[in-house]
Amino acid sequence: MNKLDIQNVSKRYWLERESREVPACEGVTLSVADGEFVAIVGPSGCGKTTLLNIVAGLLPYDEGHVRIDGERVEGPGVDRAVVFQHASLLPWRTIAGNVRYGMELHGRFPKPEIEQRTERFIRMVGLQGFERAYPSEISGGMQQRVNLARALASDPKVLLMDEPFAALDAQTREFMQAELLKIWRQARKTVLFITHQINEAVYLADRVVVMSSRPGRIKDVFDIPFARPRALELKRDARFLAIEDRIWKLIEEESESILAGGGSTPAGAPAV
Amino acid sequence: MKTETLATTPVKAAPPRRTSFYKDHEGLILGGAAVVLVLAAWEAAWQHGRAYSLDAEPMISALFFTGPSAVLGALRETWASGQLPSDLIHSGGNFVVGFTMALAAGVVLGIVIGWFRTVRLLLDPFLNAFYATPRIALVPLIIIMFGIGRLPAIVIVFLSAFFPILINTIVGVKTIDDDLLKAARSFCASHVQIFTTVALPGSVPFILTGVRQGVAHGLIGVVVSEMFVGGEGIGFMIAYSGQTFATERIFLGVAIMAGAGILLTSAAERLQAHFSRWRPER
Repeated sequence: MNKLDIQNVSKRYWLERESREVPACEGVTLSVADGEFVAIVGPSGCGKTTLLNIVAGLLPYDEGHVRIDGERVEGPGVDRAVVFQHASLLPWRTIAGNVRYGMELHGRFPKPEIEQRTERFIRMVGLQGFERAYPSEISGGMQQRVNLARALASDPKVLLMDEPFAALDAQTREFMQAELLKIWRQARKTVLFITHQINEAVYLADRVVVMSSRPGRIKDVFDIPFARPRALELKRDARFLAIEDRIWKLIEEESESILAGGGSTPAGAPAV
Repeated sequence: MKTETLATTPVKAAPPRRTSFYKDHEGLILGGAAVVLVLAAWEAAWQHGRAYSLDAEPMISALFFTGPSAVLGALRETWASGQLPSDLIHSGGNFVVGFTMALAAGVVLGIVIGWFRTVRLLLDPFLNAFYATPRIALVPLIIIMFGIGRLPAIVIVFLSAFFPILINTIVGVKTIDDDLLKAARSFCASHVQIFTTVALPGSVPFILTGVRQGVAHGLIGVVVSEMFVGGEGIGFMIAYSGQTFATERIFLGVAIMAGAGILLTSAAERLQAHFSRWRPER
């Protein structure tokens, strides 16, 4: 049984400045099984974030269906939680207050359970001792952990992650990837993970979906065969590098076709 | 030789941080000393000028100038006669009533206007015009509409304090971080929840900036309104003393307003600091 079903989804944006429609993604079909970790990679502007926002229910779509457990997505729901690229923490709330926030809005858990879960997920992301700190007092990596804890604590069926580590420095990012896998093994959520970093996608996911640039379509899907738990050293394994290389070539082709004028980007306009 | 010296030299403990009473209160001590010095010089000049006569007239006439001791005398006198306490209560009342109404109306309307874009666009030209107009220019109109006495004074205080609070609240609500709204929406926040958990707390620092400005403008409103329409109050005392050449009472009134301004503004600043704890150190 698929947890998440994306069927033939298309979305177009209206470009006010140029008075024309631009397709953001077109005919995207993708199924994610229960407990599966799927990563989507693609060049910038390929509509991967658009797709995630559609699944999150934050963006209406023009065609197709998004279903979770067979039920059509009509807006944000308690069955999903998003980990945003920017930590998007309430600056006036403490760390504990932010982790609690999603649960408070949902109103599904009674107060004592909210307290208990807050504590549990703060511990899970390794932030015990920082409960009473404000977001401005902790590092970017720690803020992203709070972002993750907030999403997990609200107990979603599907976790949607939108380039959550993109703004972090390389070292912190590696470390956070390993942490994420550890947490994922405990929490056992279905994950849809957006990134533009190929090795991040290959390291984390069961399957890597490659999207083409505008309009975003699914170009290919790679099964990642490595056993779990995965150590960070895996990234230097020859088989890992081979998969990374194949995906990289695919994306490179894509970028070249844009530069050669093959994409729908108008000539002279920067390929964003 | 040299290495030996290095090796045998015991590591000196860092000297303990010296805290002296002076270092801890430097601002207060220097500022206070300067104030005392200026007051003393003023008093000396005033005493000297009064005693020194030119053509049998004192060089400084009490009609045109005064000194700290004379102002203190005026304070004692007016306090004892009960005039000053009643003026203070009158002015304080005008301020409190006008300011409280301005605060309530400014925050509520500011949130509504900031939240609903269409409302904001409709009202924008009027708000800008009102904010830019010195409210004092409206005094004659207010007198025509509300007569003289307490009511017009309260209206003037209200108008003076209302606009800074309103404008700042609008800015606060308008500039709410889109990322936070998106996060709230992703957790299925209702409109009410978005309002109470994002819009309101996010605008508190702006509202308090408005309060601080509102206090300052409100105090101006008190003085001006009483000068024009009052038979009572500190503003009236200043105007009346001016007409009767009671220079030391003018100074007394000005000093009282200055004191009130310092007191209220610093209270508003404290409030603002309290609600901005979460902000990064600036």
